[in-house]
Amino acid sequence: MKMRLLTNLLQDKLAVLSLAVIGLILAAGAMAPVFAPHDPNAVNMDLRYAGASWHYLLGNDHLGRCILSRLIYGIRPSVLGVLAALFVSVALGAFLGLVAGYFKGKTDAVIMRVCDIMLSFPGYVMTLAIVGILGVGLGNILLAFMLLKWAWFARIIRASVLQAAEADYIKFARITGVPSITILLRHVVPVVSADIAVVASSSFGSMILQLSGFSFLGLGVQAPNAEWGMMLNEARDVMFSRPELMLAPGLAIVLTVSAVNFMSDALQTALDPTLSKTNRKFREQASLPVKLRGKEVA
Amino acid sequence: MALLNISHVFKSYSAGGMFARRAQEVVRDVSFACEPGECLGIVGESGSGKSTLGRMIAGLEKPDRGIVHWEGRPVWDRRQRGCRISAVFQDYTSSINPFFTVEEAIMEPLRTSGMHKRKDRSSVDLLLEQVGLNASYRERYPHELSGGEAQRVCIARAIATEPHYIVMDEAVSSLDGSVQLLVLDLLKALRRKYAMSYMFITHDLQAAAYLCDRILFFKEGRVEEIIATEQLRNAQSEYARHLLRMVITS
Ligand SMILES: Nc1ncnc2c1ncn2[C@@H]1O[C@H](COP(=O)(O)OP(=O)(O)OP(=O)(O)O)[C@@H](O)[C@H]1O
Ligand SMILES: [Mg+2]
Repeated sequence: MKMRLLTNLLQDKLAVLSLAVIGLILAAGAMAPVFAPHDPNAVNMDLRYAGASWHYLLGNDHLGRCILSRLIYGIRPSVLGVLAALFVSVALGAFLGLVAGYFKGKTDAVIMRVCDIMLSFPGYVMTLAIVGILGVGLGNILLAFMLLKWAWFARIIRASVLQAAEADYIKFARITGVPSITILLRHVVPVVSADIAVVASSSFGSMILQLSGFSFLGLGVQAPNAEWGMMLNEARDVMFSRPELMLAPGLAIVLTVSAVNFMSDALQTALDPTLSKTNRKFREQASLPVKLRGKEVA
Repeated sequence: MALLNISHVFKSYSAGGMFARRAQEVVRDVSFACEPGECLGIVGESGSGKSTLGRMIAGLEKPDRGIVHWEGRPVWDRRQRGCRISAVFQDYTSSINPFFTVEEAIMEPLRTSGMHKRKDRSSVDLLLEQVGLNASYRERYPHELSGGEAQRVCIARAIATEPHYIVMDEAVSSLDGSVQLLVLDLLKALRRKYAMSYMFITHDLQAAAYLCDRILFFKEGRVEEIIATEQLRNAQSEYARHLLRMVITS
């Protein structure tokens, strides 16, 4: 199973490319001091709005700070932070959705009513309320994301589990005495993982944009620290005189979000045996000796 | 002692949401017994509650009232039931996990029952051979199988743990005529070989008469009549006679 996934993924050029892009972004973010050529917060008024040069590859911003360095340091809150928040809320939502959808009955009713309550508040208002209580800062915004998004994930995943649990192969597994937890992991999770990937990757982009929105309001990442959304907002002041300043953070967001989306697409294609084309050929070669062996036995 | 003992079983589903008290009775006061090695056909029209009865016998659902006992103990007790009851379903498209190869699907019940230590890959070949498929099918995915092949794989999977009892809910109904006959013959042969009992749920009286020793006529959740297949032309109940007339005229 794992082998098949890997061979399928490696045959998909777009998947390899997006995997490389994501890997590079994550590595650059994790080891920002190594990758960044300059101190991201070092102000140099002589170089305000300087264009690209060999020393500053992407030029300098309104305070003469190195844009490339800020971009690289910005990976930490924008990508790593959002990814962590996304992971926690998807994991929580997936767990509750799986339990609710598979066991149904009272468990389901309780979990779903809690979800209803969470979802009845508009997301932005709740985030503002949480930040109001806990104070401003990146950590609290991400915490607010985790507290709010899981209900939505739980909802979607439950619906997809309900449908998947109808299948006869699950009935068969239950009849022959496979424990519930094994059925969930072996039969339900692979089928619903496609839906999980879709909702997770699509909300990744929106979470990056929301985070930058809150940073713009001064509620998220605090001023000298770099964050992609905030860089966009800083560039907005000079949108007409120096539009190129928006390019770097804007493209960084677009690139990351599309790499994640392509990646989740490719993962689904590679996981699903009915969708993979290369698979078939591969196995026919592999099964040739099996056929021969079958003849010898017979 | 009877292998399977069903006595005064009732089952209803609540119709119309969580707060409605209205309950729709699907199975009403059903009692019968199955002897070891016997094949019982359950014949009834669509919506009569056959599948519901089958699910209760397979231990998937508990009856509201009454007992479903397997070798003298409640059937929904998973440890008691072990892997001695198995099942084949109608819808072969959803009977095998689309992410599993044929081999993985057949190995699953073996692994659950702890039999995989004794039985290895060659036993998968043997099982496939039993249902008339060759070993090259082992690496295939369900979407690469025809309906008849998929249903054979389901039968191979059902007999893998050498169960004493197999519940078959419309197991041949979605196959076309000639394939139906092949699968019915296969079921007959396997039954002799492994000394298994079947519960064969169908709406097709002809198929039931071909395979089964006794036939239970099921209508609106009740047992209309239970009769040995040889005695079929002496059926007493109105419903059984009606079904028989339909078969003869067609
Ligand atoms: N889980 C359920 N919840 C509510 N109602 C159900 C449920 N399962 C079955 N029913 C109802 O029980 C009745 C009998 O259903 P069942 O599936 O047992 O019929 P059947 O005899 O197997 O029909 P068919 O030949 O079409 O398969 C139907 O009216 C159906 O609507
Ligand atoms: Mg049915």
